[in-house]
Amino acid sequence: MKLNLLLLLFIFFSKFSFATEKTVDPNLIHKNLRCLVCQGQSISDSNSDFAQTIKLVVKDLIDEGKTEDEIYEFMSDKYGDWIVFKPQFNTQNSLLWILPYIVLIFGGFLIYSLLKKRQ
Amino acid sequence: MQKIIKIIILFIFLFVIGIFYISLTRDTNYNTSSLINKETPEFKIISFDNSNFYTRDDIKKNNYTLINFWASWCAPCKIEHPILMKLSQKKNLMLLGINFKDKEPQAKTFLSELGNPYDLLAKDKNGKHSVKFGIYGIPESILINKELMIIQKFVGPLSVDDYNNIIKIIE
Repeated sequence: MKLNLLLLLFIFFSKFSFATEKTVDPNLIHKNLRCLVCQGQSISDSNSDFAQTIKLVVKDLIDEGKTEDEIYEFMSDKYGDWIVFKPQFNTQNSLLWILPYIVLIFGGFLIYSLLKKRQ
Repeated sequence: MQKIIKIIILFIFLFVIGIFYISLTRDTNYNTSSLINKETPEFKIISFDNSNFYTRDDIKKNNYTLINFWASWCAPCKIEHPILMKLSQKKNLMLLGINFKDKEPQAKTFLSELGNPYDLLAKDKNGKHSVKFGIYGIPESILINKELMIIQKFVGPLSVDDYNNIIKIIE
């Protein structure tokens, strides 16, 4: 009886500890990495030699405890930003990230002023 | 107010044209410029005969090192081989050959038929080491100085121009 109780407690706490750990999904990373030797395919879609190697390296990096962002950073460092489908925010592409918000604010202001004028 | 709207429409039009122009003229091919002037990554790679490992310390011993990724199944590797043989005669340059995803007997035959230009010969069975060097296809070569800085990266087979370029740098 005691043994069963201990076993139940062990399962409960081990499950709890697993649940709190943030797991990195390799498939998600593969989908966000570009196959450099293919035409418009991701690492996930491709069966090329290059894609197979990248998949192995991603697995190793996850095993080493690297986060998703750290893996993208590693790949960008080796192959440039082109390898990542969703580029990281930096000075070179800052306009691309900021411009939609500027347009939104400016557009809102324009609509507001037009409506005010009509009234 | 209408003037402002016209200016905004013109601005949007120019913006769209600008985006199209930048996208169409941008070189989307893999570019090695991000690796130049960067430090050589840490590595520990097994020698071809499994006798020992090579690390960055082996590169530090020489003024210049050319790391060449090759395989017996790679046709362009045969094209660049005479250039590697010529480079192997230069005292100022050490050649580290990394046999990439290859079978040992075929690799040995390749070197016995065409000659072995390498001072050090290692192997990368599953290609994982190649990723550390930003390799995406072979042959590729990386020229490194004594301070472990990457001076140049050559994608594809080494040409006569590349040979002259290397000689110019190392002499």
